[in-house]
Amino acid sequence: MNPVFWQTVWGLLPYWLVIVLMMIGLHVVMTKPNLIKKIIGLNVFQTGVIMFYITLGKVDGGTAPIFGSGGDEVVYSNPVPHVLMLTAIVVGIATTSLALALVVRLHEAYGTIEEDQIRRLEGDEV
Amino acid sequence: MAVTLAIIRMRDLFAAVMLSGIFSLLSAGLFTVMDAVDVAFTEAAVGAGISTVLMVATLSLTRRRERDRRLDRRPEDVLGLVVALLTGAILIYGTLDMPYYGDPEAPANLYMVPRFLEDSLDEVGPPNIVTSILASYRGYDTFGEATVVFTAAIGAFLLLGGAARRRRQTSSSDSDPSSEGAPPADRGAEA
Repeated sequence: MNPVFWQTVWGLLPYWLVIVLMMIGLHVVMTKPNLIKKIIGLNVFQTGVIMFYITLGKVDGGTAPIFGSGGDEVVYSNPVPHVLMLTAIVVGIATTSLALALVVRLHEAYGTIEEDQIRRLEGDEV
Repeated sequence: MAVTLAIIRMRDLFAAVMLSGIFSLLSAGLFTVMDAVDVAFTEAAVGAGISTVLMVATLSLTRRRERDRRLDRRPEDVLGLVVALLTGAILIYGTLDMPYYGDPEAPANLYMVPRFLEDSLDEVGPPNIVTSILASYRGYDTFGEATVVFTAAIGAFLLLGGAARRRRQTSSSDSDPSSEGAPPADRGAEA
């Protein structure tokens, strides 16, 4: 293969790995009937998205965006995605805790944390 | 990524939760490699710490094992796999137009960022640029984030507090299904 092709592959590979991670999370959310597993999958998906933003902010040869950590000619990585993702992590833990509380309530109401069993119980009641 | 695959296969939910903690820790390491130290320690504290604790608490209130369902494969499973693969392929197609990893000339690194890098020390103060942006330039965003966390905490208390009261009712006397909806509202007034 020509060098341009390999340059492209090498330059985009981090994004692809992160996308694979996101898709694993999405797959878990869609197919696993266990609600705890679904939440874990959602977390994986979310971490994938966060990692995608962080890869966008990385600059070659850069260092953490803190003043005073080097000499005059320092290259800093982009701090804006870092800030956005800090917010995203904290919001993510908020949604996770709410989802877990819902799971506890569902378990109290139906005695199971499997989505398909809950659906079956619902169908019986109606 | 191997850890992620192990999480999916694991039927013991307790082990799966522990693996998700390890996953968070590994991703925190990756964030450090990509210069996002603030994100890394938030992920390590929140992802590997708090969310693992919350999940273990949930497991203690529910059940530990996932039901074995190797026998009843549903058609939706294949559909989910296809959708995931398709979405991934579209996203990868989308990255083909993107600047390469670590490119200093990427558009995301040219707009607004030089100003933050040059002026935030004079305008805001802290040597950590992430802190400057979080607390000052994007202060309203952080305020909104605090609101979201507060709302989630209220919601979780409503859900669990009402349940605890109901449990006490059923243990002391016969359950009264007509008052099922009322206790959470009381609980919310207290919170």
